[in-house]
Amino acid sequence: MRKRLGSLASGLASIALTLLGLAIVTFLIGRVMPIDPVLAAVGDNAPQAVIERTRAEMGLDRPIAVQFLTYLWQLAHGDLGRSILTKNAVTSDIARYFPATLELATAAVLVAAVVGVPLGVWAAVRQGTVIDQTIRVVCLAGHSTPVFVLALGSLLIFYAILGIAPGPGRQDIVFQDMVPHVTGLLTVDALIAGDYDALRDALAHMVQPVLILAYFSMAYITRMTRAFMLDALNGEYVVTARAKGLSGTAVVWRHAFPNVGVRLVTVLALTYAGLLEGAVVTETVFAWPGLGQYLTVSLMNADMNPVVGATLLVGLVYVGLNLLADLLYRQLDPRVR
Amino acid sequence: MISRRMFLAGSAAAPFLSYASLTAVYADTPKDVLVVAQQLDNMTSLDPHESFEAVGSEICGNIYQKLVTPNLDKPDAIDGDLAESWSAAEDGKTFTFRLRKDAKFASGAPVTADDAAFSLQRAVIMNKGPAFIISQFGFTKDNVAERIKALDPATLVITTAEPTSLSFLLYCLSAGVGAIVEKKVALERAQGEDLGNGWLRQNSAGSGPWTLRAWKPSESVMLDANPHGGRGSNVKRIVLRHIVDPSAQLLMLQKGDVDIARDLTTDQLRALEGNASYNLVRKSVAGLMVISMNQKHPHLAKPQVWQAIKWAIDYDGIQKNVVPLTFVVQQSFLPAGFPGALTEKPFRKDVARAKALMAEAGLADGFEVTMDHYSAQPYPDIAQTIQANLGEIGIRVKLLSAENRQVLTKTRARQHELALTVWGTDYFDPHANADVFCVNLDNSDDAKVRPLTWRSSWQDKKMSDQALAALKERDPARRVALYEQLQRDHMAASPFAFLLQKTTTAACRKGVTGARLGTLSDSHSYATVRKS
Repeated sequence: MRKRLGSLASGLASIALTLLGLAIVTFLIGRVMPIDPVLAAVGDNAPQAVIERTRAEMGLDRPIAVQFLTYLWQLAHGDLGRSILTKNAVTSDIARYFPATLELATAAVLVAAVVGVPLGVWAAVRQGTVIDQTIRVVCLAGHSTPVFVLALGSLLIFYAILGIAPGPGRQDIVFQDMVPHVTGLLTVDALIAGDYDALRDALAHMVQPVLILAYFSMAYITRMTRAFMLDALNGEYVVTARAKGLSGTAVVWRHAFPNVGVRLVTVLALTYAGLLEGAVVTETVFAWPGLGQYLTVSLMNADMNPVVGATLLVGLVYVGLNLLADLLYRQLDPRVR
Repeated sequence: MISRRMFLAGSAAAPFLSYASLTAVYADTPKDVLVVAQQLDNMTSLDPHESFEAVGSEICGNIYQKLVTPNLDKPDAIDGDLAESWSAAEDGKTFTFRLRKDAKFASGAPVTADDAAFSLQRAVIMNKGPAFIISQFGFTKDNVAERIKALDPATLVITTAEPTSLSFLLYCLSAGVGAIVEKKVALERAQGEDLGNGWLRQNSAGSGPWTLRAWKPSESVMLDANPHGGRGSNVKRIVLRHIVDPSAQLLMLQKGDVDIARDLTTDQLRALEGNASYNLVRKSVAGLMVISMNQKHPHLAKPQVWQAIKWAIDYDGIQKNVVPLTFVVQQSFLPAGFPGALTEKPFRKDVARAKALMAEAGLADGFEVTMDHYSAQPYPDIAQTIQANLGEIGIRVKLLSAENRQVLTKTRARQHELALTVWGTDYFDPHANADVFCVNLDNSDDAKVRPLTWRSSWQDKKMSDQALAALKERDPARRVALYEQLQRDHMAASPFAFLLQKTTTAACRKGVTGARLGTLSDSHSYATVRKS
C-alpha cells in the first residue's frame, strides 16, 4: 500500500514538474518575443500614452520575475488569465475551441487506426509483394504531401467540382446557434438536442478534415504496424505456431498481433496527442475554430496567456494519454502486471 | 454468393456511398441572409469607443451612427447622420448640433442629445485607443461633462479649448469613436466604473442599420436588421464568416455558400474579372505603403539619399506586376479620396537621376542597409523588387522579413534602418496623416508623443509648423490649399517614400447589390445591401 502511494506521489510530482517546466519555457518565450503584446490590445495606431497606460494595466511594466510569480500564483488558483484579443478568460476560450479540435482529432484517430492497423498487418504479411509496395506508396504520399495541398485539393474536387461535400466551417449557417451548447462537441450536442438534421450537417462538415488528418496519421500508423508485425512474425513462437499447423489468420491475429498491440498503443496515443494539439493548416483551410488556430493567432499577437494556457492543456493531454497508455500496457501485457 | 471479404469491404464502403445523402441539406444561402467570407481574426472589441482596428471599426460602422458622416462620393463634403444641422460660433470654440427627431435606437427609444453627449463623454473618459481623436480638442475626464453637453433633447453643444476649424471637428466626429450609443442601455449594463464597456464589447446599443446578434471570435459575427433603423435593405441577417484562406473564400463564393468574399488576392480577383456572375466593388482605402528611413543611420539622414531612393523605385512596375488589383500608385502622404489629397505622381524610375543624387551625397559607391518588411504576401515580392531597384543605384539592401506586429514593434522602438510598412489612417481629416508624417515636437528618446516622424528620428520644424498652421486654418478652401502645399514640400524633402495605396474589393455574387466601400473601413456599409 505504502509503495503504491509512493509511486502515485512520485507520478503526480513528475506531472507537476513537467507542467511547471512547460509554463516557465512558454512564459519566457512570450516575454522575449520581439512583439509588443500591448499593440494587440489597443491597436497599432494607438497613442503612446494609451500604450503605456495599458502596459501598466496589464502588469507588463513590472520585472519579468514578478510577472512570472504573479502568473504562477494565479495558475495555482486555476486562473489562466485573460486573452488580450478575445478579452475572455483563457479557460472559457479553451472550453470553446478545444471541443472543436477534440471532435476532429478523435474521429481522425479512430479512422486512422481502423484503416491503418489492418493495412500495416496486411503489408507485413505480404512483405515484398505488390500489395506491400502499393501500401508503402500510398502511405508515403500521405506523409509527404503538404496538408494544405491535400485540403485545398479535396475542397476543389469534392466541394467545388463534384458538389458532394460541404464547404469550410463546422456547420452550415442554417444551423448556426440552433443547437444548444452543452459539450461544445457539435455532434454530441445535436444528438442531445435530438436534432438529426444538425447532426447530419455536423458529420458532413467533419468528413473532409477528418479524412485528411486521418490519412496523414494513418501513414505513420501503417508504417509502424508493419515494422512491429515483421518483427513479431519472425519470432520463434510464430514459427512454433505455424509448425503446429495453425491457419495463417490464427497465426497473424491470435499469436503475432497481440504482441504488437502493446507497442501500437503508444503509437496511437502519441498520434492522438499530436492531433489534439490542433492541426493549424487543416483548421485554417477548413475554417475550423480549433485550438491550433487559437494558439497561432494568439502567438502572432504575442497574446501569451492563451499561448501558455493552451500549451499547458496540450501538456496535460500528453501526460494523460501517457498514463492511459501505461494502464493499457498492464491490461495487454501480462508481464507488466 | 457474397464472400466474407466482399461483405466486409461493402460494409466499410457504405458510409462513404451514403455521404452524398449527408450533404443533401445544402443549397445556396437563404434569400434574406447575406453571408460574407472575411478574415476576422484581429478583432478585440466591438465597443465603438474602444475598437481601433479595421474589421471591428467596419462592423461598428454598421451598428452605430455618428453625428456626421463623410460623403462616400465627395471627399470634401460631410453629411449629417444623426445631426441634421450644425453651426460654429464666432469665437471658433462653440459648436451647436441639432439632432434629427426621427432617429431611433434598436430598442425603439429615440436618439437624444443626451445620448450623444454621454457617448462622446464616454469616449473621453474611457480613454481607449481611439479616444485621442475626440480628446485632442482639449477634453479631459474632468472637463468633458462641462464641454460636451445637451441643452435640450435635440441640441448638443461642444466647446473646444482652442479656436478650431469646423471641418476638422466634423471630420473627427465622423470617426468610429464618434459613435452614439444608447445611454440607458450602456449604464444598465455597466460593471463598476466601466460605463458598459465589458458588455458593449460583445453586444450593441446603437441606431445604425444593423444590430449585433452574436460574435464568436475566430468563427463568425452575426448582425440582425435593426427594426427601427433599416434603410432599404431586403436582407434580415448578415453572417460574417471567419474564413482565413483566400482560396477557400473563392471556392465558397463560386459555390454560392457565401454571397460576398472580402479578402481575395490579385490572382483570384483576376479570375473573376469580366465574369458576369460576379460584381466586383472596388475602392481605394486609406492604407499607404511607405518606406520609412531612420535618420539614426548616417547615410539615410542625407536629403539627397531620400530623393535618390524615391527616384530609384519602379512604382508602375511594382503596381502592374505584383499588385495590379489590390494597390494603386500613390506618392503623397494623404491617400486618394481624402480631402485635399494630391494624386499627382512626380516620381518614376530614373536611375541616372538617382545616381546623380547619390553622387551629390558623396555616396557614389552606395552603402549597405537593412529593410524590415511584413512576411505575408505581397510584401516580400514588393520588398525584393525594391531591393533590386535600389541595387541599381548602389544601395545594397538586406531584407528582414517578420510578422506584421514584430515589424511594428521594431519601428516603434526606432530600431529599423529602412522599413516597408503600411499606415492605416485613423480618421477622415488631412491632419490625421499630417500629424504623423510631418509633426514631431519632441525628438528625444523618451518623448510622450511618438508619431511616424519620431519613429524615424526625423524632425523638421518648418514642416511641423506648416502642418499645425493648416490644422488651425478655419477657412475650408484655404485649409485644403495649405495641405496641398504641405504634401508637395513633403515629397521634396522627407525621409518617407510613399509607393502605393491599398484598394479593397468586395467580390459579390450576381444578385447582391448595394454593398458600399468607403475610404476608411468604418465607412464600409451594408445599409443598402440587397439580395435577389
